[in-house]
Amino acid sequence: MNARIRIALAMVLAGTLNVSIARADDVAALRAELDGLKSEYAARVQALEARIQQLEAQAAAVASAPPPPPPAPVASAGGAGTAFNPAMSVILAGTYAHLSQDPATYRIAGFIPSGPAVGPGDRSFNLGESELTLAANVDPYFYANLTASIAADDTVSVEEAYFRTTHLSNGFTIKGGRFFSGIGYLNDIHAHAWDFVDQPLAYQAFLGGQLAEDGLQAKWLAPTDIFLEVGLETGNGDRFPGTRRAENGPNGGAAFVHIGNDLGDSASWRAGVSFLNRDAERRSYADVEAGGAPVINAFTGTSRIWVVDTTFKWAPHGNPTEHLLKVQAEYLHRTEDGTLLFDSTGAALNGDYRSGQSGWYVQGVYGFRPRWRTGLRYDYLDAGSTRIGLVTDGGIAASNFPLLASASPRRISWMLDWSPSEFSRLRGQIAWDDARANARDHQLLLQYLYSIGAHGAHKF
Amino acid sequence: MLHRFARILAVALSLAAVAPAEAALKVLATTPDWAALATELGGERVNVYAATNPFQDVHRVEAKPSLVARARSADLVFATGAELEVGWLPVLIQESGNSHIQPGSPGYFEAAAQLRLLEVPSSVDRSMGDVHPQGNPHVQLDPHNIATVALALTTRLATLDPAGAAYYQARGTEFQAKWQQALVRWETRAAPLKGVTVVVIHKDQVYLCHWLGLREVAAIEPKPGVPPSAGYLAELVTKLTAAPPKLILRNAYNDPKAVEWLSGKINVPVVMLPFSVGGTPEAKDLIGLFDDTLNRLLGATK
Repeated sequence: MNARIRIALAMVLAGTLNVSIARADDVAALRAELDGLKSEYAARVQALEARIQQLEAQAAAVASAPPPPPPAPVASAGGAGTAFNPAMSVILAGTYAHLSQDPATYRIAGFIPSGPAVGPGDRSFNLGESELTLAANVDPYFYANLTASIAADDTVSVEEAYFRTTHLSNGFTIKGGRFFSGIGYLNDIHAHAWDFVDQPLAYQAFLGGQLAEDGLQAKWLAPTDIFLEVGLETGNGDRFPGTRRAENGPNGGAAFVHIGNDLGDSASWRAGVSFLNRDAERRSYADVEAGGAPVINAFTGTSRIWVVDTTFKWAPHGNPTEHLLKVQAEYLHRTEDGTLLFDSTGAALNGDYRSGQSGWYVQGVYGFRPRWRTGLRYDYLDAGSTRIGLVTDGGIAASNFPLLASASPRRISWMLDWSPSEFSRLRGQIAWDDARANARDHQLLLQYLYSIGAHGAHKF
Repeated sequence: MLHRFARILAVALSLAAVAPAEAALKVLATTPDWAALATELGGERVNVYAATNPFQDVHRVEAKPSLVARARSADLVFATGAELEVGWLPVLIQESGNSHIQPGSPGYFEAAAQLRLLEVPSSVDRSMGDVHPQGNPHVQLDPHNIATVALALTTRLATLDPAGAAYYQARGTEFQAKWQQALVRWETRAAPLKGVTVVVIHKDQVYLCHWLGLREVAAIEPKPGVPPSAGYLAELVTKLTAAPPKLILRNAYNDPKAVEWLSGKINVPVVMLPFSVGGTPEAKDLIGLFDDTLNRLLGATK
């Protein structure tokens, strides 16, 4: 178009100029310019012809493929990944428990009690926690997730409520709100995805079952073919082993490193080291003094926990339909350093306190035929060395701290589960629980787990 | 303590900095078929990693650490979509810390979103089994679908890597021409398969049956993803003895027990099909996948 206008203009100009001035060199210059335009035009036509040919060839290839691509094939152009907004899912769980010991007397001997989420739960039929999860992308920058838990006693609690960045690149993700801490392997796995009805004793003793953090988490994933993840967390620390403090600023923090990779087509592994540091202010617990009267003691100080975790999964060619094997083990070590207040509401004697305690579990789950799995778990805790200043300085007798008497609780659990589909699971578990110092608890637990709503995706 | 972590971080960061900047577009394909297609179309400008092997059931895949690591550095996730990978791909994308592959970004591509799916249910209820609300996601066994997906992928590759636009265009054209020829060859050869009655295991051969005109008379799974009970199998045997099908189809990733048992009962041969690139030694690429599928079907109907 442009070229044509230029040629026309040139011709008009050439005509008028030819009449009025008619200088030979001008004519020659114009002719040269015209020639230039002509050849430019020819080149363009040639290029266009070549493109038409190419397009025709392409069209022929496509057109002879009988069904032409449909114009608007599915509802959401982005595909399934953007289908539900927000994704909603509900987990229902419940147990039937037969326990040889009264669950009201359940204690993990040698360890300062970590809260109510310890032990096998009540006898007979029990409604478990009903979990409601809503999750969606907030906008192009954030994703948000709410998991509310409705307990059997009709109380509602916020299990997790967090935002997470989706738009940071270079492997960085920031999470904030309330979320399960990334330490260890089992800690951030929701109860319905556990392989046993309950948590390992080490998690119960050191983390009160599962550590949730009200705070912030930053994770960085290395740009390597091998999985290498580094995370840092901090928060208000109000969950065991910490307490809420009357101070500005965060209460301690956590750091973790996880690495993992494949071993051929059929196996993969993940291992990690985590560290948690928390301060506690008057973290109280109930005990019974030597005379038999109940007392409330309180710990103030610092709690440091190391976790080493390792997980290995195997399935023939990575296909777990017929057979699968999952082996995991975690070791936790805690030191607590501070003061212990004896009988806080009465005598209120204060002395220094220091403990170094550890525990581990190892478990294996084997899928022996489609939909059926069985698993074995061994728990071991070592109450280790506890120095109670009030006792060693001769203030009061050690028998005033019966819960802290040296012990090595252990437990063996065996489970069998059947999953009619991805969305339902029925499980039986028996355990020989020697968490109490002097009485073995024979436990039989039957459990159901149902999942409705959005299809969940599980972590490794 | 903390400086130990800082040191690890520093080492990792310096390793990352030292690593040569690779120009190739990194593609994380969820199946060997999409990996093969991405390689065909992207040639040397792409570096393709297949998240699964042909012996895996793409419904049931672990969000393995190695896959999270691959998602971290991927420029393009090439998925089937229609919720086939819903149990694991979202975890990879969430954990990746990679904004380029989030759904809705150019770096997230779903094959099913380019196609008209078969078996789109009019209502969805999980009592019907593992039904996918958007339709049957096992789209790769109809070569016409491959051609359509290839066209869209060529455009997407050019969007992600504009410097290679002409290269992708040329490879795309070449692939379509080659595919066209192959289609003519396959459809000529496959003519005798029209109307042949088959029994399948899972509803994942629908596109193959649709393309070849095979007639699916029964499925070994009573409902998608639901294994058969003894009662259902007995019923199936009665039904199929009365009207025996020509073939029983199984995929390379399926356990052969159920089909072999049925085959023995009703005296109908089992044909093992590659299902995915790499499912059999002959199915070493996409052309080989369809060549071998046809060879096996034709061989068994002789």
